[in-house]
Amino acid sequence: MIELENVAYSYGGGELLSDISVRLQPGSFHFLTGPSGAGKTTLLKLCYGALLPTAGVLRLFETDLRGLDRDQVALMRRRIGVVHQDCRFLDHLPLADNVALPLMVSGREVAQEAANLAELLAWVGLTNRADARPPELSGGERQRAALARALIMSPDVILADEPTGNVDWEMSQRLLQLLVELNRMGKTVLIASHDLQLIRSAKTQVQARVLRISNRRLQLAGADL
Amino acid sequence: MWVAVKGWLASDGQADRVVPPTGFTANLTVFASAAMAFLAVFALALSLAAGRLADRWAEELARSATLRISAPAEQMATQTEAALRVLRQTPGVASARALSQEEQAALLAPWFGAELPLDQLPVPQLIEVIETAQGYDTAGLRLRLSAEVPGAVLDDHTRWRRPLVEAADSLRRLGLLSILLITGAMAAMITLAANAALAANGQVIEVLRLVGGQDRFIARAFVRRFTLRALIGGCVGMALGVLGMALLPQSADQGGFLTGLSFQGAGWLFPLAIPALGAAVAFAATRYAAGRVLKGLS
Repeated sequence: MIELENVAYSYGGGELLSDISVRLQPGSFHFLTGPSGAGKTTLLKLCYGALLPTAGVLRLFETDLRGLDRDQVALMRRRIGVVHQDCRFLDHLPLADNVALPLMVSGREVAQEAANLAELLAWVGLTNRADARPPELSGGERQRAALARALIMSPDVILADEPTGNVDWEMSQRLLQLLVELNRMGKTVLIASHDLQLIRSAKTQVQARVLRISNRRLQLAGADL
Repeated sequence: MWVAVKGWLASDGQADRVVPPTGFTANLTVFASAAMAFLAVFALALSLAAGRLADRWAEELARSATLRISAPAEQMATQTEAALRVLRQTPGVASARALSQEEQAALLAPWFGAELPLDQLPVPQLIEVIETAQGYDTAGLRLRLSAEVPGAVLDDHTRWRRPLVEAADSLRRLGLLSILLITGAMAAMITLAANAALAANGQVIEVLRLVGGQDRFIARAFVRRFTLRALIGGCVGMALGVLGMALLPQSADQGGFLTGLSFQGAGWLFPLAIPALGAAVAFAATRYAAGRVLKGLS
């Protein structure tokens, strides 16, 4: 699904990631961990084509991104659901429209997907907040809304960048349960998180591989995780 | 081409909603478009009126000439008769007619008043000469007149007709140039406004791209918005301009050029093209600006 082969990424003259090779198989569950500033977000951005590698090969759904233009990458991105750390909502739109945004940009009629949208909002527990504007939402509500938006196009892969970063333990467990549930439905999940407690908790619920970024390189985490 | 433009402008409520409304810049764009359309109406009217004037002067003056006979009173009748005879025999002259005393008095009335005792003054006799379509040989006629009617001077109006027609033609070109300048200024203004709107919505564009939005979708939201604003402003400005033209004094001989500035006949339909032109300019300018900005926001 997503494959990085000897990928490196440099910015401003310095190499942030080096010789990264990883393959996300369909239905797999991965955690990406490492200290702050290690490059977790950068690696996630590479995984959904927001950044292009400065060396190596990046393939999304068997397609090498090097030959694609920006619009073609955008089309590819519709098959990947991304939960951003800062959620990235449009503040002038109500929550329901924000969740439906991927439908809008892909030209699908939101009205025809109303049942889907309602079901998704119910699944993340935000039915009664559908008309609220993003600034009115709590941290947990924003994260759940971001997850709903990532799922509205029924993507094959879910990438989540610190999805529990701004919520309490109870809410982070709830979000984790939603992601585990999605994985059980056959979705490929990759979560970037520095929260080791969360990772340990997840490993009791799902068979997850934990990858760690250290010194710009990716390695499989030890048995402690 | 039209299908492509229609596709871009077709109502897409979803694309419209994703870009936040910007009341202030929206009003400015509508106002600027209205002002440009208003000015364009006057430039168009000026150009059309100057064109009519140039055509009329060229048409009227090209076909006529004046023969002036300055002779002692006792020879005036003889020389007038001789001149008319020569003119009647000249190929290319359709008609020749000596102006009556009343007609000559009317010509002098603006300067000397209506009570001028023309029969007591040594006023030259004027003969109006109308040419055929082929015209006559001016040099040959002058030569013959100098031999047979010594007091006759032929004025074929060339001396003052040409600069007048040239002046009217220049005025027409000036009007058209003004329309071009207004169009260019509007394109520049819309490009700047679109650039500003795109820059102000950089975060919105980023989010749209993150959720899979293609440049075409993002650009369409802006292009449609600016095109509609220019169209609305253009319609308002055009309507006000046309109203202003309608309120101008009607064309009258006494008023000359200034009272003939208004549109005439089918000319009233021409301003309808101004809002469409404004919208087309806004469409092209916004599309260009969007393409440039989106390419820069990688």
